Amino acid sequence: MTALAKVLSDSGVITWRNVMNVRRNPEWLLGATLFPIMFVLMFAYVFGGAIGGPGGDSVEYREFLIAGIFAQTVAFNSSYTVIGFANDLQKGIIDRFRSLPMSRFAVIVGRTTADQVLSVVVLVVMSACGLLIGWRIRGSFLDAVLGYLMILLFAFALSWVGAYIGLITPSVEVANSAGLIWMFPLTFISSAFVPQESLPGVLGTIADWNPFTAAVNATRDLFGNVSPAGWPPPSGWPAENAALYAIVSSVAIIAIFAPLATARYRRVASK
Amino acid sequence: MADTDKGVAVRARGLVKNYGTTRALDGVDLEIPTGQVLGLLGPNGAGKTTTVRILTTLLLPDSGEAEVARHDVLADPDGVRRSIGLSGQYAAVDENLTGFENLYLVARLYGQRKPQARKRSRELLARFRLDEAADRPAKGYSGGMRRRLDLAGALVAEPSVVVLDEPTTGLDPRGRIEMWEVIEQLVATGATVLLTTQYLEEADRLADSVVVIDRGRVIARGTPDELKNQIGGERLELVMATADEVPLAVRVLGEVGSGEPTVDERSRRVEVLVDTGTKALVEALRRLDAQDVVVQDAALHRPTLDDVFLSLTGHGTTEEVPS
Repeated sequence: MTALAKVLSDSGVITWRNVMNVRRNPEWLLGATLFPIMFVLMFAYVFGGAIGGPGGDSVEYREFLIAGIFAQTVAFNSSYTVIGFANDLQKGIIDRFRSLPMSRFAVIVGRTTADQVLSVVVLVVMSACGLLIGWRIRGSFLDAVLGYLMILLFAFALSWVGAYIGLITPSVEVANSAGLIWMFPLTFISSAFVPQESLPGVLGTIADWNPFTAAVNATRDLFGNVSPAGWPPPSGWPAENAALYAIVSSVAIIAIFAPLATARYRRVASK
Repeated sequence: MADTDKGVAVRARGLVKNYGTTRALDGVDLEIPTGQVLGLLGPNGAGKTTTVRILTTLLLPDSGEAEVARHDVLADPDGVRRSIGLSGQYAAVDENLTGFENLYLVARLYGQRKPQARKRSRELLARFRLDEAADRPAKGYSGGMRRRLDLAGALVAEPSVVVLDEPTTGLDPRGRIEMWEVIEQLVATGATVLLTTQYLEEADRLADSVVVIDRGRVIARGTPDELKNQIGGERLELVMATADEVPLAVRVLGEVGSGEPTVDERSRRVEVLVDTGTKALVEALRRLDAQDVVVQDAALHRPTLDDVFLSLTGHGTTEEVPS
């Protein structure tokens, strides 16, 4: 077997192992879907009236909201990557892998890939949830597919960040919070829930250049969903080239965190 | 390499490893002839696991060199990994996978093709008496079953060197004996085995030779018999029928023995070290018989490895070494 074939084969085997883990623990899916459903209900019906426009008519806001919820949901899924690695380290499974004549890279790519299975399942559930509260895809079928792929690419990129965090955290307990804490600034300082033009000063700039904003804007655009009437349209280069910027930043995140995580994996020692 | 090295499966020279200011290994040398079992013996914190982690490429030594199955652990770690099977102290079993899936996973990662991986996994499950539980998630396995599964994982690729890090720690007596039987079968197939243990009985039963380490240094090496001979003599032990007879037994053993007898009043057991073996035993029984005293039980023991350990280190095997 050539070196590349071995890497691909190992990656496939590790992906299979991680997918089997999800299948044997359906309660993980429950956790991964209930959380975003709660966010949808909270934003659509609790904050929606206030944020979404005059007279408490938040139909438009709900349509605006869904792309942000999708992106937030898959972003939060990267915490499963963090916890997965922390668990494997603690249980000695990483030691076993490291003692095998296998590709180092495969252990990580096998997990970041498998974690997208979770993202797909959750996106299906969230789409159904969106349809129930009045969200509709206004664009073409092809654009809708591209919209979902955009979200998945971004999820995949964040999963590499999760892999790196999982490999540097000292314990599963720390991983539980380390995997989630950075999600809040990442997903809230963005265009996911509020018009990004409404964010003041530095926060506005951060939101403009936040790759998460770009992923949300690009997906929203591909779904043909628009901002509620009267909202200032987002401006600036990242907003005008949202899809391009989202793709480039996703690829950049992978290009940075894949080598970091792989290097970390080589050195990591479980207790 | 010189021709004389041919028969050596594992060799380590001058291994040193520091964790911060703690010196975990302080120049460990060891050598295992091909096909033999080496018992690496020591209390918790002695450096056993650190040695294993270096030899299995999981950890880099600060200095020193090591070769496993003729591959250098520093220069050719992948060569080492292809030749070894590691079964760790904490069974590295994926509890969400079934027993079969666990072995299949490892077999595929060793590079076996799917049909071969399937066949090999089933074979090992049968050999380790896990075939009935093979298709249940490992979550429901007992501690002993998990250890057997973990060991089976180490043997998937029929490695020439098998490393077992405390394979019976935490098992109940039945699980321990089952594990010993499995390891004995493995040894019969000709594998070279590095076994770490804190149980002297285990090293005595399974190992051809023993290296005793304490606080990162090798303090003794040899066959179990050689180590026992190091502290010399044998232990003569008498159990008396009644408590009244104990003082007499103490006096007699004081006369035939080479040291002070020790007494356990509750079990009416009197022990003494002797230099003259069975002669001392016969003499002690003759003298007691002359006083019309019947001995309930009499035995002559060679020293256990526990005795050896105590005399080498000045502390027992169960005592924690402060780090």
